[in-house]
Amino acid sequence: MTPLLEVNHVSKQFGNETKALSDVNFSVSEGEFVSIIGPSGAGKSTLLRCINRMIDASNGEIIFDNMNVMNLKKKELKMVRTKIGMIFQHYNLVNRLSVIENTLHGNLGKKSTIAGALGLYNQEEKEQAVKILSTLGLVEHIYKRADQLSGGQKQRVGIARALIQNPRMMLCDEPIASLDPNSAKVIMDHLRNISTTMGITVLVNLHQVDVALKYSDRVIGINHGQVVFNGTPKDITKDDIQRIYGSEAEDLIFDIGGIHAS
Amino acid sequence: MQADFFAKKRRNSIGFFAILAAITVGAIIITEYDIVKGFESLPRAVTWALGNFYPTQESLVKLPDILSSLIETLLVSIAATSIGAVFALFFALMGSNTTRVNAFFGSISRAIATLFRNIDVAAWALILLFSFGQSSLTGYFALFFGSFGFLTRAFVETIDEVSGGSVEALRATGANYASIIFQSVIPSSVPQMLSWVLFMIETNIRSATLIGLLTGSGIGFTFNLYYKSLNYDIASLVVVTIIISILLIESISNYVRRVIL
Ligand SMILES: Nc1ncnc2c1ncn2[C@@H]1O[C@H](COP(=O)(O)OP(=O)(O)OP(=O)(O)O)[C@@H](O)[C@H]1O
Ligand SMILES: [Mg+2]
Repeated sequence: MTPLLEVNHVSKQFGNETKALSDVNFSVSEGEFVSIIGPSGAGKSTLLRCINRMIDASNGEIIFDNMNVMNLKKKELKMVRTKIGMIFQHYNLVNRLSVIENTLHGNLGKKSTIAGALGLYNQEEKEQAVKILSTLGLVEHIYKRADQLSGGQKQRVGIARALIQNPRMMLCDEPIASLDPNSAKVIMDHLRNISTTMGITVLVNLHQVDVALKYSDRVIGINHGQVVFNGTPKDITKDDIQRIYGSEAEDLIFDIGGIHAS
Repeated sequence: MQADFFAKKRRNSIGFFAILAAITVGAIIITEYDIVKGFESLPRAVTWALGNFYPTQESLVKLPDILSSLIETLLVSIAATSIGAVFALFFALMGSNTTRVNAFFGSISRAIATLFRNIDVAAWALILLFSFGQSSLTGYFALFFGSFGFLTRAFVETIDEVSGGSVEALRATGANYASIIFQSVIPSSVPQMLSWVLFMIETNIRSATLIGLLTGSGIGFTFNLYYKSLNYDIASLVVVTIIISILLIESISNYVRRVIL
């Protein structure tokens, strides 16, 4: 099976000092659920944003769906972005607009300048938005303003906005970092479900090791901008955790012990 | 270490107040301003105002004239603010780090806005007197330039504060620039921008009165006319109508603000 995403020798330098990523290599196959873990400042967000070029990588090669993302012109880049959904820690909705309008924003990438600016959506698109919102359990909130929702509901709107794009891949930057454990579980279950039933590739940055191990097909560990672990949750050892999180790993090692035991 | 920190802070504040006091005393000596005399003349000023400066029955004849020049002033202020807001929106979109097209245009438009903001409306009026002479055009452009500079700054801050996250999200969906502006930036920031525009209209109506004195137009000119010709009753009627209209405008804009925010 050819990989959907290949990241080859990617580096990112901010200014002269900060090397956020150095020589990162990995690939992801179609439909895979991959978690990226690592301490704060390791470069997880930077890595995710290099993939859809919200940030331009300094060196290397990123191949998505047989296209070299880093060489794309403006127009082609927009095309590629329509195939990649993105989900954020702070949801990044337009707070003053309704749930359904926020969901329909996922279609803007396919619209002409005029249709996009005026927000013209056809009946089919609206019906699809409603359908997606129903599967995410948001039917009764469709016409509510986004700022009247709870965090977990907002994140589900974020997922709806990504799903309506009909994406090949989802990039999720700490989707549950601002949520309570129950809402976090709902979100992770939805993401896992999206990957399993719809065959969408999911790449998710996480701070919680236990969640990463529970939900993922594969875990990539990053420290100081370098990949220090790349394997299945089964294969991860205390030493790996130590390498990913460095010296502050004591508590986490306790966690992982608990998980493997259960 | 900690004791040092607080001692240093205290020294700094004492030094600051000492310098402030020195400047005040210096200014009083240089301008030969006599504090005692200044305060002594206050009661006399009040007595005079109470004795002469009030509207009378006869002055009401002039009310239609006064109202028409008041309305002229109001309309000029509103027009100058609205047009200023349109230009400000464009420059703010170019100048905001969230929505700018590129860094070059970003700094150019911020520089232009800073220039316009840092010249006071009264200074603009003086400058423009050379080009337009004493006419309401001078006042109009002075208010327009001042509003443009101030609103650009206010709009840039609004855009950066309100729409950073959703702009990123829409860029990630592949949306084009126009879609991002009209679907995310505008809906997020319109209420706050309108609030700034209303504030600017209120401020401009106040400044317009003073600028009218300089440019010989509008309500400021009317006041000057009657005041100089010793018609204090009519001049005071002008002041009363100005105060009433300012209060009216302020309550209208407060109402609008409550509804939109
Ligand atoms: N725009 C930027 N300009 C300069 N340096 C940056 C920028 N963005 C990130 N960095 C730096 O790059 C490094 C990696 O940051 P990044 O946000 O990718 O970390 P992260 O793994 O997502 O951390 P966290 O878990 O706290 O979100 C950090 O040292 C950070 O300070
Ligand atoms: Mg991050």
